[in-house]
Amino acid sequence: MPGIHYDIAHMLGAVVLLMSFALLYQRRLFAIIQAFALQSVVLAAAAAWQGYIQDAPHLYITALLALSMKAIAIPVALHRVIDRLNIRRTVDTALGVGPTMIAGVSLVTLSILLVLPVTADVTALTREDLALALSVVLLGLLTMITRRNAIGQVVGFMSLENGLILAAIGVEGMPLIVEMLVAFAVMVAFIIFGIFFFHIRERFDTLDLHTLENFRGERR
Amino acid sequence: MASISLCIAAMLLLGIVGMARSWLGRAHEVVHGGMALVCGAAALTVLVRLAGDGTDVEILALPVGLPWLRANLRLDALSAVFLLAVNLVGCLSAVFGWSYARHEAEPGRVLPFFPLFIAGMNLVLVADDAFVFLMAWEFMSLSSWLLVLASHREEETRRAAYVYLVMASFGTACLLLAFGILAGQAGGYGFEAIRAHPPGAVPASVAALLVLLGAGSKAGLVPLHVWLPLAHPAAPSHISALMSGVMTKVAIYGLIRVLFDLVGEPLWWWGAVLAVLGAVTAVAGVLYALMQDDVKKLLAYSTVENIGVIVIGLGLALVFKSSGVPALAALAMTAAMLHVLNHGLFKSILFFGAGAVLTATGERDLDRLGGLIHRMPATALFCLVGAAAISALPPLNGFVAEWMLFQAVLNGPLLEQWELKIGFAVIGALLALSAALAAACFVRFYGIAFLGRARSPGAAQAREVDAVMLSAIAVPAVLCVVVGVLPKLAIAMIEPANRLTTGEGMFDAGGHGGWVWLAPASAFGNSYSGFMMFMTILILTILAVFMIHRYASNRVRRSIPWACGFTDPAPLGQYSASSFAQPLRRVFAGQIFGARETVDMPAPGETRPARFTLEMRDPAWDRLFTPVVRLVGWLADRIDGLQFLTIRQYLSLMFFALVLLLVMVAVSQ
Repeated sequence: MPGIHYDIAHMLGAVVLLMSFALLYQRRLFAIIQAFALQSVVLAAAAAWQGYIQDAPHLYITALLALSMKAIAIPVALHRVIDRLNIRRTVDTALGVGPTMIAGVSLVTLSILLVLPVTADVTALTREDLALALSVVLLGLLTMITRRNAIGQVVGFMSLENGLILAAIGVEGMPLIVEMLVAFAVMVAFIIFGIFFFHIRERFDTLDLHTLENFRGERR
Repeated sequence: MASISLCIAAMLLLGIVGMARSWLGRAHEVVHGGMALVCGAAALTVLVRLAGDGTDVEILALPVGLPWLRANLRLDALSAVFLLAVNLVGCLSAVFGWSYARHEAEPGRVLPFFPLFIAGMNLVLVADDAFVFLMAWEFMSLSSWLLVLASHREEETRRAAYVYLVMASFGTACLLLAFGILAGQAGGYGFEAIRAHPPGAVPASVAALLVLLGAGSKAGLVPLHVWLPLAHPAAPSHISALMSGVMTKVAIYGLIRVLFDLVGEPLWWWGAVLAVLGAVTAVAGVLYALMQDDVKKLLAYSTVENIGVIVIGLGLALVFKSSGVPALAALAMTAAMLHVLNHGLFKSILFFGAGAVLTATGERDLDRLGGLIHRMPATALFCLVGAAAISALPPLNGFVAEWMLFQAVLNGPLLEQWELKIGFAVIGALLALSAALAAACFVRFYGIAFLGRARSPGAAQAREVDAVMLSAIAVPAVLCVVVGVLPKLAIAMIEPANRLTTGEGMFDAGGHGGWVWLAPASAFGNSYSGFMMFMTILILTILAVFMIHRYASNRVRRSIPWACGFTDPAPLGQYSASSFAQPLRRVFAGQIFGARETVDMPAPGETRPARFTLEMRDPAWDRLFTPVVRLVGWLADRIDGLQFLTIRQYLSLMFFALVLLLVMVAVSQ
C-alpha cells in the first residue's frame, strides 16, 4: 500500500513545516514554545511512521527521544526558565509578520527548486522529505535572525535541528547513532543556553539581546 | 638526471651542516668548499650533456610528496641550459664566499641558507609537475628571503626583506592560480599531462598573464621590480650575485617553460605584451641604474635592465613562433638564452667586484670611492671586463647576444600584422636606447669607482683582496672573453633548448660560416665574427702602443693636474657620480623620476657652503604600489566592521551567505 504510506509521511512532514511557519510569526514567548512543542510532537509521529514503513525499529527510538526530550523536557524547561525569570509577558519584537511570511515562502520555494532537480534519481518519498527538511532548516535559521530575545533564538535553533532530524529519518538506512548524536548535541547546547540565560539575566536583568549589544558598545 | 638529483641532495645536506655550525668547528669551510665542489660537479655534468647531443630527456619519479603524486623530476635541454647558469654562478659564489663570508658578523644567518637557496633553484629547474615546481619556487624564495635578512639589525634590511616577502608571496600566488588553470578541470598537475591537454585560448591567455605576473615579479619586470633594488644591496655580495645573476633567471625559466612548452600554441599578442614590457623594463631599469649612487643598488637596477633585454628576446620569439617563422623565433630565443648565461657571468663579476671593493674600503657609495685602479689593480681589470661586457662592447659576450637580438628585430618586417612591424621598430629603438644608456651607466660606475683619486680615507687605504676572491672574479671574466670571441661554442650548447622551445634551430645551426662567422639569419644576411673582431682590436692596440712608443716621447712627465684653477685640488673637486648622471637626469628625470634638484646658494659674503640636494622617487611606488596599499587599507577598514557585529547580524550574515549559495546552486542547475 505505497500510496497511503507516502501520503501520510508527506502529510506529517508538511505539518512539521507548517509548525515552522507558526514558529515564525508567533510573537509571544509562550506561544513560540508551544509551537515548538507541537512541531516536535509531529516530528516524533513522523519518525514513528517512517519506522513503520521502512521497517526500521531504531526509528521508534528516535521518535521516543524526540517526544520525550523535544516535545516535553525542553518546552517544560523553557517554561520554567520563563517563569523564574518572570518574562512571561515579553513580546518578542520580530520582523513584521508580512515580510517574514513572504521570506519564509520564498525559502520553501528555493529549497524545493534546489532539492528536486538534485535528487532526481531517488524515491519520491526521500525527495519530498529532503525538500521539506531543508525548508525547516532554513526557516529555523530565519526564526533565529528575526528574534530579539535569547529564548526566541534558542527555539529557532532547536527547530532548525528538527529539520535535520526530519531529513535523517526520511533517508533509508541512516544509522541510529547519527540521530542520537544530534539529539545529544542539542541537549548539551540547551544546557549551555540555560546556564547562559541565567548569567545574562543576573547581569543585565533582561534577556533582550539589545542590552547585550549596547553593553558591548556595538553599532546598531 | 641521477647525478643532478644527487647534487641537489648533497646541497640539502650541506644546508644541514650549515645549521649545525655551532657544533662543527669547520662548518664554514665545509659548506663553502662543499658547495663549490657540488655546484662545480653539477655544472660539469650539464656541460658535458650540452656539449654532447643534449636532446635526450631524463625522467625521475621520487616516491616523496603528496600521497597520490610522486615528485616528478625531468631534465631536458631547456633545464640544462639554466642549470648550467645556476650551478656555474653557484660554484663561483661559493668560492668567493669562502673568503668573503669570513667577515660576516653572524655566519649562522648565511651558512645554512646558502646551500638551500641553490638547491631550491636547482629543484625548480628540474621540476616536472606543478607541485614540485611551486614547492621548489617557495623554497627558493624563502631561503633567499632569509639570506636578505642576514643583517637584520638594520632598519633598511628589514624593510627590504618585508617588501621582498610580499612580492614573493604575490608571485607564488599568481603561479599557483596559473597552474590551476593549466591543469584544467581534469586536474592533471604533471607537466606531461598539461602538455598533452593544453587549455583553450581564453584560459591559456589568463594563465599566460598570471605566469607573466608571477614570474615577472620574481624576475623584476617593471613595475614589479621594486623589491629588487632593496633586496640585492641588503644581502651579502655573493648572495646578491646569486639572486641577481641567477634567481631572476630561474623566473625567466618559469616564463619560458610555461609559455613555450606547456601552454600549447601561443597567441601573438602574448609576445607583443612581453616585448613591450621588456622594452619598458630595459629602459626604465637602466635609467634607474644611472641615477644610483649605491654600487649594489646600481647593479640591481642594471639587472632589471638585463631582464628587460631577455624578456624582449622572449617576446620576439613568441611573436615569431606564433606567426609561423620558427627560424627567427629560434634566433630571438638564442639571443635571450645567451643573454641569460652572459648576464650570469658579468653580473657575478660586478657583484663580486662590488663585494671586493666593500671588503677593501668599507664603502658602497660611489661618491666615496675612486682611484681604486691603483690600489686594487686585479679587481679593477676584471671589473673593466665585466663593465665592458655588460655595456655590450665587442668582442665580449654581451655584444653577441644584443647583436643577435637586433638581427631578430630587424627581421620584423617579415611579419604580417602592421602593428607588429611598427612595434618592432619601436622596440628596436628602445633596445638601442637602453644599450647606449647602459654603456653610459657603466662608464660612470667604472670611472667614478676605479679612476680618478680616492674620495674617502677608506678608498685611499684600500688593499687588494686575497687570491681566492680574485680567482672567483677572474673565472667569469675569462669566460666573458671566451664566449665573446667564440660565440658559437655557447650557441651550440643552447641549440637543443632552442629546438625544444621554438621547434626549430637557428639558421646557423648547420655550421654555416664555420666556427668563426656567426650568420644567424641567412647565408647572405649579416654576419659577425667575434674572433675577427678580437684579432682586429688586438692588432690595432698593438699598433697603437707601438706607434706611441716609437713616435711619441715615452719619458714620464710629472706635473700638477689641472684642477679648475684651484692650487690644491681636493678629491671632492673631481667629477662625481652625481655630476656624471646630471645631464641624463635633466633629460629624463623630470617626468620619470619626479626628480627635484634644489641648490642652496649662499649670498656673496656669506661663509657657509652651498648645498645641493636631490630628491628622486621611483614612480612604480607612487603610481602603483601606494594606491594599491591605500586600497587594501581602505578595504581592511571597511571589513574591520565585521569584527563588531551583533549576534543577530552574524547569524544574518551566515543566513544570507547560505541562501545566496543555495540560489547559485539552484540557478546553475
